[in-house]
Amino acid sequence: MHEYSLVQSLVTRVEALALARKATAVHRLVVSVGELAGLDPELFQTAYDTFRTGTICERAAMELRRVPARWACSGCGRGIPKGEVLTCPDCGLPARLSAGGDEILLETIEMEVP
Amino acid sequence: MCTTCGCGDTSLVPVDVHEKILAGNDRVARHNREHFAAAGVLALNLMGSPGAGKTALLEATARASGGRWRLGAVSGDLATDNDARRLEKAGIPSRTITTGQGCHLDAELVHASLHGFAWKDLDLFFIENVGNLVCPAIYDLGQAANVVALSVTEGEDKPQKYPVMFKGADLVLITKCDLLPHLEADVSKILDGLRRVMPRPASIQVSARTGEGMDAWIGWLEARRAGMARGTGAAAHAHDHDHGHGHGH
Repeated sequence: MHEYSLVQSLVTRVEALALARKATAVHRLVVSVGELAGLDPELFQTAYDTFRTGTICERAAMELRRVPARWACSGCGRGIPKGEVLTCPDCGLPARLSAGGDEILLETIEMEVP
Repeated sequence: MCTTCGCGDTSLVPVDVHEKILAGNDRVARHNREHFAAAGVLALNLMGSPGAGKTALLEATARASGGRWRLGAVSGDLATDNDARRLEKAGIPSRTITTGQGCHLDAELVHASLHGFAWKDLDLFFIENVGNLVCPAIYDLGQAANVVALSVTEGEDKPQKYPVMFKGADLVLITKCDLLPHLEADVSKILDGLRRVMPRPASIQVSARTGEGMDAWIGWLEARRAGMARGTGAAAHAHDHDHGHGHGH
């Protein structure tokens, strides 16, 4: 259950960014989660809703955007369907993962500033 | 202030961040990596299920390497220091990182474990992660490579069930191969599964008990050591932050 420690990292980061801009409140967060990021989006949402109490994120809803993981040949770009061998049948080169497919990113913070 | 009429109300602004949530961990991991590289220490993150044979593999590594390297290890463990004691007995100076309820190691825990530990004198530094095929996969510790132990008793479909863990592996050690005659497990199915989750599949079949495959594993370690950029031993890394401790750099 690393979802709770990830929420902790998220809230700490939001606090620092809000403080730097002298924000008085945070209203909304947008976080993108790659399909192969190793994070269960529902568990993460639950962890966030539990952990945000008493933090600057207390009244900030979190919007989770799911980013699909797509594999393609690192040479010719041919798509490799999920579950297939991750080597291009044409070039023999290893597949590469699409951008964001394995990342957890804090995209946007909506904050109230003076 | 409100820019429409200057009434003094606060305004709501969207701030684009586009930053990894684990950016803080990754920063400490980079710091660890610089330390290891500067000291010429090959650091490996050894992961796998509970009972995959990680500790036995390290014990066998000490035997098979025949004293050619100075080995050291830290072991992540929820509650005991059994692994570190076993490793010490096998001649590998070791520390336990007790994680309590924590299911994984992070870069900060590894960094803290280096204090007071003569890690700079080592050739190979094993970070034996908490037994778990999920959480450890996403935390960079500053290792040079990820090694995943997968035992033949765990089920042939584990690579496809835990793609995130195997996707990030530089090498998979298929352990407990001495048990194969007693099992219905088909190693070719494990290898096929690895090809579907690892873009650059690499694996070695080993047995810590019989020593099978240990030569190939030692050869892999030798190649990694040879390929390492040798550090000067000087403080060649940047400190972009305060850290109020000393570990001799």
